[in-house]
Parts: sequence; C-alpha cells; structure tokens
Amino acid sequence: MSGPVAVRRRRRFSLADKIVPVFAGLAFVYLMVPVAYTVAFSFNKAGRRNLVWQGFTLDNWRNPCGAPQVCESFVNSIQVGVVATLVATALGTLIAIALVRYRFRGRTLANLLIFLPMSTPEVVLGAALLAQFLSMAMNPGFVTVVIAHIMFCISFVVVTVKARVASLDPRLEEAAADLYASPWAAFWRVTFPLLVPGIAAAALLAFSLSFDDFIITNFNSGSAFSTFPKFVYVSANRGIPPQANVIGSFMFFLALLLVVVVQLVGAARRKRLARQP
Amino acid sequence: MSIAAALSTEASAGPVGGPTHEPPERKARLGAYLLLAPGMVYLVVFFVLPIFALLATSLYVKAPGAELGAYEPALRWQNYVEALGSYYPELLRSFGYALVATVAALVIGYPMAYVIAVRSRGRPLLQGLLLVLVIAPFFTSFILRTIAWKQILGDEAWVVAAMKFLGILPPDGRLTATAFAVVCGLTYNFLPFMVLPIYANLERMDTRLVEAGGDLYANGPTTFARITLPLSMPGIVAGTLLTFIPASGDYVNSSLLGNNATTMIGQAIDRRFLVTLDYPTAASLSAILMIIILALVMVYVRRAGTEELL
Repeated sequence: MSGPVAVRRRRRFSLADKIVPVFAGLAFVYLMVPVAYTVAFSFNKAGRRNLVWQGFTLDNWRNPCGAPQVCESFVNSIQVGVVATLVATALGTLIAIALVRYRFRGRTLANLLIFLPMSTPEVVLGAALLAQFLSMAMNPGFVTVVIAHIMFCISFVVVTVKARVASLDPRLEEAAADLYASPWAAFWRVTFPLLVPGIAAAALLAFSLSFDDFIITNFNSGSAFSTFPKFVYVSANRGIPPQANVIGSFMFFLALLLVVVVQLVGAARRKRLARQP
Repeated sequence: MSIAAALSTEASAGPVGGPTHEPPERKARLGAYLLLAPGMVYLVVFFVLPIFALLATSLYVKAPGAELGAYEPALRWQNYVEALGSYYPELLRSFGYALVATVAALVIGYPMAYVIAVRSRGRPLLQGLLLVLVIAPFFTSFILRTIAWKQILGDEAWVVAAMKFLGILPPDGRLTATAFAVVCGLTYNFLPFMVLPIYANLERMDTRLVEAGGDLYANGPTTFARITLPLSMPGIVAGTLLTFIPASGDYVNSSLLGNNATTMIGQAIDRRFLVTLDYPTAASLSAILMIIILALVMVYVRRAGTEELL
C-alpha cells in the first residue's frame, strides 16, 4: 500500500510534533499502571489483606481456588457470560441485518429502542429491572442476572454487527440469486460467512461487558448469587484475597492471547488472499 | 480491531464515512419484521416495561402499618419533591464529577487517539499494539483496577510520599478518600470509551487535508484547530457521551475511592433500593437521573450538530 506522494510537503518543525507523542506516551503509562498493579499483586505473599507488598510467591497461581468463593463466583460469571453472549448475539445479529438490509415502517423507532439502553446509566437499568422483577414477584438469582445481561448486551451487538453488514456488498447476494440459490441458501452460503468476523467481535464484546458488569448485577442478583465483580466489590471492605488478582490477571492474559491470535490469523488470511490472482 | 470498531461505530455515522452501499428497496417487509421481532420483543419486555415499572414505583406510597419494603400503587408526586429535596447535593456532585472526568478524559484521550490513528498511520504493528493497550484494561475486572488505584493513591504509597517531598501535598495531606481520587478513578475507568470513538473517526480522516493546510501556510496549531478538530467532532461527541453517561451514574469509584462527602447519586439509589428498601425514593431518583441525562444528551447533540448519531 503506497500512499500518494507528497511532492511539496513542507515539514515544518514544531514543538507540538514532539510534545504530542510524549504526552500520549504518559497517558499510555497512566492506563497501564493499575493493570500492572493488579498483575503484580497476584504474586504477593499476602493473606486476606492484599494491599501492601509482602514478598514474591507463586502459591496464589498454583492454587487459585485457595480462597473461599473466588472460583465459585468466577464460574458463575463464566456461565452468565456464555448464556448472555449466545442469546444477545443471536437476537442482536438478526436486528442488525433487518436494520441495514430493509426499509420498513418503524425503523426510527427500532433504532431508538437500540440507542436508549446504551444511553441509560447502569443504576437506572438495574433499578428498573429490579422494580419489574419485584412487581412480577420473581426471586433474584442466576436467571434474573442472565436476563439483565442479555438486555444490555443486545444494543452493543446490534451496533457492532450493523457496521459489518453495512460494509457488505448486497450484489453478492444478488449474484447468488442469479445462480439459482434460494434466499435461504444465499444467506447461509454467502452472507453469513462474510458476517462471521463481525459476529465474533460482537460476541467477544458482549462477553467482556457481561463478565465485567457489576452495577446491574448487584441490583438483580439477590443475596445468595454472586458473580466475580460482585465478589470482589463485596469483599473490598474485609480485604480481597490475592487469588482474585490471579483471576483478573489470567483473564487479561487470555484476552491478550486471543487478540494476538486473531491478528495473526487475519494477517495470514490477507496474505493468502493477496497471493491469489 | 474488533472492539474498537464496536465501541466506535456510533461515531461512524459521521460525514467522513467511506462509500456505503445503499440497500436495494425490498418488498418483503414481513422478512424485516420477522428478523426484528425476537430482539425487539425482548427489549420491550426487559427494557421498556421495566422503565415503566420504575416510573410507577416512583409514585408508590407506603401502606399504613405495612412491613418494611411493602408499598401500594398510588400517584404520590410528592415523592419526587422529597427525593430531590434530600438528594440534590448528590445529584449536582455526580454531574460535576462526571463533567470534570469527561473533560480530563478528553484532554488525555484525544492525543492518544491522535497518535494511534494519525501518527502511527502506515505502521499496522505499532497501531495494533497501541490499540491493544487501550482495550487491555477492559479485561482485568474494573473493580480490581479501582482497588489498584486505592493502592496507588494510598497513604503509605510512593505517590503520596513523593508529592509530600515536593511540597505539592501538605505533610498531613492524603489522596485516598478525596474527591480528587474519585474523579481520578472515573477518568481512568472511562478513558477507553473516549479514545476508541475518536480513534475510529481520525482513522478515516484524509491526512491530505492537513497537508493542504500546511501548503496554504497555516501553522500546526491553526491546521489542527481549523481542519483536524472540526473533522473529528462526531468522534468527540460519541466519546464524551460514552464517558459522561456511565460516569454520572457510577458509584463504584465514589464508594471505593471516596468518603462520606463525595457520595454520588448512584450510591444513594443503591442504598435506598437495596439497603433501606425504600423503593419509591430510589425509583424517583433513578427517573430524575434518566430524565436529566436524556435532556442533556438531546441539547448537546443538537448543539454539536451531530444529530445523525441518534
């Protein structure tokens, strides 16, 4: 990819040219320092009060379930996240396809209904759902948390998949129709495979939103059911065991690994496509 | 970058968008409604109805002689007056903190987005690395990161010691349990939501426009103020909204990093709803918060001239 050649480009020396990258560099440090703290303190030789550095140990990583409730809440979070991601991704993808590919009455209303949950603060979403569950006499627990997570994930899935659908050339589907593919076959053989990267990104986003949610979960989980963020928040006063930092760091490295793998696969694919005539 | 794209597509409706394929007019409207139905029904049942349940609850009245947490339907508008009367400091404080945090995130985040999108252009590896750094904090639980701030700003930590040594902080000064710590935490937590939309916007900006500014003898700051900044407005609007809205309703930062004088409205709603089981007050506070935010968003988006975001 070679850009346009700037023939008469005067590169004026300005102070801003130097200051902006330095300032941005400091901002990146600011962003990473708490992450570094979280990872570092997963190796702390500390008991329940993991606030001051007491020495290096690998014990916490060898035995991440050593502290009570850490693993239970982590497993709960994973279960909630997987169910919420699957349902929200399915519902959101269907909405995204409809919004981009069809002109219909009520389109503005549908867009508004997608936009509103994203522009409502979490406390309001949490309180509203709890008011609803109370009036339906539903006991808060796993089911209510999953219902809540699906609700706030749908909008983000729609927004993500919509961008991908909009970038697809609808003539591809028409070409398939010209080749006597039924609409059903055209969708599954042509459109869907092209949408997969967008859907995967949406699912990843939905999972990370669900996994990290605290406020809405706190409203709708009742006293018995706990997710990982809720466990960390509730135990903040009594002291958070270093095993919680192990879980946090583990998820961080897992996500990093995932991003690297996705990047490499994408690069390999681009290379392969470039080699084809 | 998948998540970057996800969080920033709100900004992509702006005028700098690439070529888009207008869909052919479809006759089959039924198909659209079939695709929409499951998700829309879900949102109506678990978003719209709950909002109405919340509004109804906000007008409930305590039944005479009823036990704790038992209310009966009524239209007691007085609930709003009482809620506002006792919690207007929290409300003002929430919007104040959210505003300061949003401005701080913009000042810190814009250069980051600029460096990723414009300065690293043509270097995909560096760009990818910087983007991963922006998104990475999402994956360590945000509560753990807020706790990390508690450690960083703690009384025995090196930051406080250094500031005392330099005389920035008085010898008995502290950073934890202050408004500064709360705003610092809010800025930190929502910074990626500021960076990603601005990045997505600047990424698609044609740098030849900036070069043209230079060719016309505009200096760096002028080119930035007259070309780059106006072009990135949709990104800035999306970023500030994605920062301001969650920040104003947040209570994790104020309860973990603050003190009794830094209580935000979210804490009040949480306590009224879950601890004292005072549902009507909590519901009216939530309704007030929601209405103010919606009004602010409308005015802001109008004034910024980016209605197409909605």
